[in-house]
Amino acid sequence: MNIVLLSGSVAGSKTRTAMEYVKAAFEKNHPEHSVTLLDLADYDIQFSDGRNFMDYGGDTGMLTENIMDADALVIGTPIFQASIPGTLKNVFDLLPQDGFRDKTVSMLASAGSSKHFLIPETQLKPILGYMKAQVLQSYVFIEERHFSGKEIIDDDVIFRIDRLAEDTLILAETYQKIKEEKEASYGF
Amino acid sequence: MEQYRIDKDYGLEFGLYTLGDHLHNPHTGERISARQRINEIIETARLAEQAGIDLFTVGESHQEFFTTQAHSVILGAIAQATDTIKIASSSTIISTLDPVRVYEDFATIDLISDGRAEIIAGRASRVGNFELLGYDLHDYEALYEEKFDLLRLINENQVVNWEGEFRKPLRNAEVLPRPKNGSMPIWRAVGGPPASAEKAGRAGVPMFLATLGGPVSSFKYSIDVYRQAAAENGHDPASLPVATAGFFYTAETTQQAQKEIYPHINEGMMRTNGRGYPKQHFAQGSHPKDVMNVGSPAEIIEKILYQHEEFGHQRYIGQMDFGGVTFDKLKRNIDIIGSEILPAIRKHTKK
Repeated sequence: MNIVLLSGSVAGSKTRTAMEYVKAAFEKNHPEHSVTLLDLADYDIQFSDGRNFMDYGGDTGMLTENIMDADALVIGTPIFQASIPGTLKNVFDLLPQDGFRDKTVSMLASAGSSKHFLIPETQLKPILGYMKAQVLQSYVFIEERHFSGKEIIDDDVIFRIDRLAEDTLILAETYQKIKEEKEASYGF
Repeated sequence: MEQYRIDKDYGLEFGLYTLGDHLHNPHTGERISARQRINEIIETARLAEQAGIDLFTVGESHQEFFTTQAHSVILGAIAQATDTIKIASSSTIISTLDPVRVYEDFATIDLISDGRAEIIAGRASRVGNFELLGYDLHDYEALYEEKFDLLRLINENQVVNWEGEFRKPLRNAEVLPRPKNGSMPIWRAVGGPPASAEKAGRAGVPMFLATLGGPVSSFKYSIDVYRQAAAENGHDPASLPVATAGFFYTAETTQQAQKEIYPHINEGMMRTNGRGYPKQHFAQGSHPKDVMNVGSPAEIIEKILYQHEEFGHQRYIGQMDFGGVTFDKLKRNIDIIGSEILPAIRKHTKK
């Protein structure tokens, strides 16, 4: 399976740090899958102007192609102004309306306050659903106090990240299998 | 309707269209040469004429996996190779062309074909043409509106005075040659949301509506919006033809048709659009109330007649060659169209 991990911010380091842990979880526990971590901070991504995702060049074209080629994605987001950052919303805007069809997508959020716990549920999930993702219901929510520098210092968070990786794969594999069976039944 | 060369008593016109895609045959993984593809398109038009099909159209797309970028040149060859079939573009991307030059080309095709040429002008869904032909994608809407209006102005007036944003003004400009009868049908290509259909209605121009898949009722909504907008702006909807364009493929049974064509459409769309055609949607496409005309001859006849009843349209064109379909299969489809589908459609829609 082709898994893409997206760190959705160009500011700060916590989401990126957490996504490195997600990457490590996949590589350690599920080494048979291909995992790519894309951090928006590493690229120069242009704003969406409505064109087909294949018509972008440079970093933007590389990003959209990678996302569209993925079987499963983990989207990491910080919470800015009680919402996802504009950089992440722009990634969604670059993609087709049904860009996540047949893809399993799971979420990880890092935030400065526990009051933001429902932001992924109320703001990120509806976008993923609209774009036809198979969304993993549970997500990992990490607070500032769980980090020290570029490390996660709370074992519970690390356990939750391991489970997120595993659950993402379970959902993706199950969905693929069910879909294959269903499609075979169409008889064409 | 007469100015658009539509005979109200004739019944529903049936045509074929190609986007000129140049794709691998998913069953073999092979791709024919561009030369062969273009020649087969011209030959398909000739066979379509022999089978009694009313119209053959060719589109332009300026990116990888296409081969009819110079669609007017190919239409010129088709004009020469045929005698009676109507020929048109599907569509001409007027946004990134000079309307004067487009008119010169198509008026010439009209003369070569003895009055059989039409222009269907659209805006492109992929936008490779903007960079390639030197236009700014930010002007996507404005370019289309301005150039489409100029194209119509040239059609309606031999001598044009015009000023706009995207090309130098025209002062007492005479655009020649003129089509056989002084002017020719120009259609507005419409896809996507009903807002585009509404614009066509407001302007009182014939509408070509793309209908790839989905319930007939959704597309009927766009057609209703079009006619209503026309009426509200002083045009008589009864004088404005409507055409639809969508996937077509027939075989002995519906399942056989789906089996043969689905990999072409799915993998072709994957290459040209970046996303395949969801199999579940394609399976739903065989529903009698879905607009996709893929199935056994009897089911296709039933669907086209249902669509005609709902849309009240004057013309349908089918795309059956997308994604590397072999020439043998195209010939077989044309045979079935000529021997089974056309007689039934004419019988039921002729006045």
